[in-house]
Amino acid sequence: MISFALTEEQTQVRDTLLSFATSELATRARSADEARLSPSELLDTAWSLGFTALSIPEDCGGGGAPRSLVTSALMLEALGYGCAGLASAAFASMLFVNPLIDLGSEEQRLRYLPEFCGEKRRAASLALHEGAPAFDPARMATRAMRDGKGWVLTGTKRLVPMGEHASRLLVLARASDAPGLAGIRAFIVDSDATGVTIARDSGTLGLTAAGFARVELAQVRVPADDVLGDGEGADIRPLLASLRIGGAALAVGLARAVIDFAIPYAKERVAFGEPIARKQSIAFMLADMHIECEAMRWMVWKAAAEADAGRDAAKASVLAQDYVNRHAVRIADDGLQIFGGHGYIRDLPPEMWLRNMRVLTSHDAIAAA
Amino acid sequence: MSGFSAALRAHIERAREWGRNEVRPAGLEADRNAAPLPADHPYFAKFVDFRRRHPSPAEDDTISEGSAVRMAVLNEENAYWDRGMGVAAPGPGLPAAIVAALGTPEQRERFLGPFRGAKEPRWGSFALTEPGGGSDTAAFRTRAIRTDRGYVLRGSKCFIGNAARADWVLIQANLDPEKGRAGQRAFFVEHGNPGMTGIKIEKKMGLRAYESVSFILEDCEVPHENLLGGEQPARTSQSSAYGATMGSLNTTRVGVAASAVGLARSAYDETLDIAKQSGSIKSARVRDRLEAMRRRLRAAWLMTLRAAWKADEKIPNIVDASMAKVFAAETAHELATVGMEIVGLEAGAGDCLVEKLFRDAKALNIVEGTGQIQRIIIARNLVGLPR
Repeated sequence: MISFALTEEQTQVRDTLLSFATSELATRARSADEARLSPSELLDTAWSLGFTALSIPEDCGGGGAPRSLVTSALMLEALGYGCAGLASAAFASMLFVNPLIDLGSEEQRLRYLPEFCGEKRRAASLALHEGAPAFDPARMATRAMRDGKGWVLTGTKRLVPMGEHASRLLVLARASDAPGLAGIRAFIVDSDATGVTIARDSGTLGLTAAGFARVELAQVRVPADDVLGDGEGADIRPLLASLRIGGAALAVGLARAVIDFAIPYAKERVAFGEPIARKQSIAFMLADMHIECEAMRWMVWKAAAEADAGRDAAKASVLAQDYVNRHAVRIADDGLQIFGGHGYIRDLPPEMWLRNMRVLTSHDAIAAA
Repeated sequence: MSGFSAALRAHIERAREWGRNEVRPAGLEADRNAAPLPADHPYFAKFVDFRRRHPSPAEDDTISEGSAVRMAVLNEENAYWDRGMGVAAPGPGLPAAIVAALGTPEQRERFLGPFRGAKEPRWGSFALTEPGGGSDTAAFRTRAIRTDRGYVLRGSKCFIGNAARADWVLIQANLDPEKGRAGQRAFFVEHGNPGMTGIKIEKKMGLRAYESVSFILEDCEVPHENLLGGEQPARTSQSSAYGATMGSLNTTRVGVAASAVGLARSAYDETLDIAKQSGSIKSARVRDRLEAMRRRLRAAWLMTLRAAWKADEKIPNIVDASMAKVFAAETAHELATVGMEIVGLEAGAGDCLVEKLFRDAKALNIVEGTGQIQRIIIARNLVGLPR
């Protein structure tokens, strides 16, 4: 049976995060963007909400809530509504924690997850992206070579959220000659391991509060049991699907924020004798923004529901991500356009939102899923 | 239809060399600093020297093309290297033509004279836009009140190019609100006038190379002789400041369109280079998108040139100018957007020209009338769309 209804828990999670996003994230978005930094008191507050540990199994010290990508999508949409950049920083640890819950071995969960269940904030992250133009995970250049029983990692990762603060990283690397994504594995790497160099990634266009870093891996040794999953390591395609869904959900939230900010302005701003919202050129623009934003959300939910039902969400997640990438930028762009010159000044949020959206929609590993 | 004259091509070549060696690095410096280059930056002195050695094509009698085509061609080339630096260029700027056309002989000498053969960089500025009215030029609220000593200006202006460093700002204000637009006049406010207060240089998403200034006119007093055209201007519709403004936009829109084409060409070249280097040019999808971009760029340029050519031929070009403006601005924006997609995250990670062009391009569909306003103008002429 088809249903768009949310469970009571999902509604509660969404409402909690929406209120956090509007009161804590949105209010700090501009100053964090200019400072290119997330304030640590905000990161502490975000941690105290307890969402990182929510789905960590009880035997690891977590909340034991079942993992659901639909719930994740709701959470990320709510956070994206406040500030996608700050959200990426505040919840970066989920990029490490959730893949461990989903794909990690029993032993890995017990070893690594308890440290994320305490009251003290722990930063960890995911290293997926690389510097190549139009980076495609299937053509990943970072290599994991067999070395005795363990592995040796070599390569350069880019745009790792909160990379400088992370104590642990989940690093994706090509581990075999199997074609495309089949040969990619994820490795648990200590950020202070020999051969790891982490530096701030300079001058990102948007999401500057996410604290993006460049991670150099020079002959980094990883023990055999730190390849994510049992034995030879888990297929990472479900992880990529969840990242696509998460990133798209964040973009939906951001798009919604753009629309909700533009509508009251269009109703107030008078040009040529009447509010611009009464001009069809503006009214139709807003209507299209609303239509596309709704379509985007249902595409994301559909992909998340596929995964939650235990089906392969690869295709649905690509469809959702592609649709969102195409339309979300347009929404952010039209949002700025409605504000005209005022939208172009680094004062009101529209120009920041357009920059954030541009990066968010060319990047699928920012959001935890 | 034919190619450009040899004389004009020589100017393009010179602008290209200057652009590559001087304009591009200066523009990148301003963008990295997220602030306009200071007025005493060596670039501006070099620019003045360059202009002294190589007069503007506007003054070159050997060029057979008309002034609008000249401007379009040079704007395109200059914007290829950096649109923001073009606006930041020293000189009387946008109001020069208005002052030349409507100023009294004394005003032309007093306000334009110092720019002739100037050895130091100096700027003029034109203040039209207000916080409550961007594209709606008729809704401006700044008032001018006649007093015994001259005029008192009250109101506020925003996004005014080079206004903080300019020797004078020509300010649009309404002297007779009952007459509506016809009451609009223009007043020279000289640098340092204490009535021009709250001067704020805005931080922008892109085009950071020039000052966009907001300020308040708080009982700003100017003498009688600072009213453009004097107390009793010739009684033609063109002589009101409003008429002059709207008349001038027929060529300034073409100028912005040409700049947008230059910016778009820059985004195209940069994207193509990166696609070649990375090998992504081998993908049919990437080649298709680049091809579509190139076609759109060509169409935008032809549309711009036609609007310029019509202006030179004195054929009404309101629709053509608006079409070129909106088409070229949206082309620049689309090319930079597609460029970002082809280049991918490398562009988002900074230090990539495409990323800067993406931020710069967005402004072009807003300045000199948003894309929405241009469509209204076009539709009004096509189907009699009411205001």
